[in-house]
Amino acid sequence: MSSQAHDHVHLPDASDALPGYYEIMETAIRELLVDKKVFDAGEIRQMLEVMDTRTPALGSRIVARAWVDPAFRARLLANGRAAVEELGIDFFENTQLIVLENTDKVHNVVVCTLCSCYPREILGLPPDWYKLKPYRARTVKEPRAVLAEFGTVIPDDVEIRVSDSTSMIRYLVLPQRPEGTQNFTEEQLAALVTRDAMIGVVRASAPAKEKSR
Amino acid sequence: MSDAAGRGLDPLARVVTTEGAEPLFQTGDTVKVAMRFPVGHYRVPTYIRGKRARIEAVIVPPAINNEDEGFGRNAGIRRHYYRIAIPMRELWPQYRGPENDGLRIEVFETWLEGDDT
Repeated sequence: MSSQAHDHVHLPDASDALPGYYEIMETAIRELLVDKKVFDAGEIRQMLEVMDTRTPALGSRIVARAWVDPAFRARLLANGRAAVEELGIDFFENTQLIVLENTDKVHNVVVCTLCSCYPREILGLPPDWYKLKPYRARTVKEPRAVLAEFGTVIPDDVEIRVSDSTSMIRYLVLPQRPEGTQNFTEEQLAALVTRDAMIGVVRASAPAKEKSR
Repeated sequence: MSDAAGRGLDPLARVVTTEGAEPLFQTGDTVKVAMRFPVGHYRVPTYIRGKRARIEAVIVPPAINNEDEGFGRNAGIRRHYYRIAIPMRELWPQYRGPENDGLRIEVFETWLEGDDT
């Protein structure tokens, strides 16, 4: 034991384990593609830099803009990708974006049963549960039960639409603007829009109540 | 003036489009997802194969057939994807939720068949 006092546990180095089958396969294919000059190492690094700037905060701003600007909302619903590109957010996959509007009568939720298709340009990397089989298999079969497990109970007179994202289209849910936000700025509105609300497993958050003194 | 087939002389009326340029199905059409099980990975989940659906939207622009391109065939012929709507009760006869609940999914044209029944 070291004489230095340690008040926390060190996690083992991630590199201690030998690489697994898929990790070796990824390295081999990457090296082949670099050797064949399909792309170079710098481009891989640059793509990681691009991904680091893509977070749910972008999606939140898009939703908040749609809530305050009816013309933008109309363009977003007509052609999601073109409206998002207006804001200077580019698409790096050859995909289109369909924006799904939640209303009093329709609740949308997004899943990818075949893998983990996700609008990475505007939401970043998907959460782990989105990639796991229970969510993928159950959302298309018993969506109301899955939503209830996220704390979202949808009344029977509201239609559930599950969008299974499998190839060329990515989906963004446009949640309903919460009650009591008439005087909110675009920035304050964006703070109510979480990643999960844009996947459709929860609603946009209600504004925090004023603390009683 | 018109030719033997009854077409006028307007060149726009005489254009013959390339294969796949025009969508085979239109919004509102009833279709059936093909019941095929080729070997390999296809972007048509098995749970929708053989199910009846309604075309909700024709997705533009047309796209190359990934499934053929993946095997080095096709060489750039484009066809449409469609956003189709399938009721939950069509997918899962045991579904206990409201009748209106449904699935939306995009499917490439080669996987859809007309359904007149």
